Amino acid sequence: MDPCDHCEEVMQPFLDRSLSLEEQRSIETHLESCPWCSPRFRFEQELRGYVRVACSEEMPPSLKAKLAALRTPLL
Amino acid sequence: MSETDTEGRRIANEARDRVRFEEEALGLSDQVFRVARGLVNSREEAEDLVQQTYERAFRSWRSFTPGTNLRAWLLRILTNLNIDRARRVKRRPETQPMEEGDYFLYNKLEESAGRPLEEERVVERLSQDDVVGALSVVPHDFRDVLVLVDIGDFSYQDAAQILDIPIGTVMSRLHRARRVLKQELAERAVEAP
Repeated sequence: MDPCDHCEEVMQPFLDRSLSLEEQRSIETHLESCPWCSPRFRFEQELRGYVRVACSEEMPPSLKAKLAALRTPLL
Repeated sequence: MSETDTEGRRIANEARDRVRFEEEALGLSDQVFRVARGLVNSREEAEDLVQQTYERAFRSWRSFTPGTNLRAWLLRILTNLNIDRARRVKRRPETQPMEEGDYFLYNKLEESAGRPLEEERVVERLSQDDVVGALSVVPHDFRDVLVLVDIGDFSYQDAAQILDIPIGTVMSRLHRARRVLKQELAERAVEAP
């Protein structure tokens, strides 16, 4: 198997840090010298941050007030 | 001590615990809303879902074990309500998307640029609308995991507990969800006229 196919397969567990230490190191070594894989791994990392930001919407203050009103009234 | 005193103290203690629970739950509402917004397609739906979650949480506060993860407990209510809601709403049948590899989106972006994409922030080629739109079509089982882990910052363990699925399923769904999201992004960002 082409080593880069293998990298594509393990990119997610690599970035999630769920590979074995040995495997993690071997991918790191590969990335240092592979112009195909390294920008793709960087992109994946950036994309995760971007998805988080793009999908984060602030809670409307009106909802906050509605939730506070659900509290049990103190007697 | 008279029986009335003991009863009075019990009531006072319970009232104090309940106030503490409600304050703590309200303090997490921003995070709960963020997850809700990722799970559904409109802000209105997210608001309804969060409101129902807090109504139910405040009603059944006694079933929460103090000292355990309140954020996960609230999200478990929310995801269950969302599953019920999805069953009621007649949705278009979810087709199983074809699965491309993890490099697919990058390869497409590079192809469409006609040159290597090094030395720039490639994600800037994607708009916020592209991302929100792509997430909205990820099948629900996958989307739930992706939103909890990648947007809500829950661990695999917490996500497994919230969704009541094994941790291995969380991981496999998460990996598929990210691939499906990238495929949808490729369609939006690259193949748009």
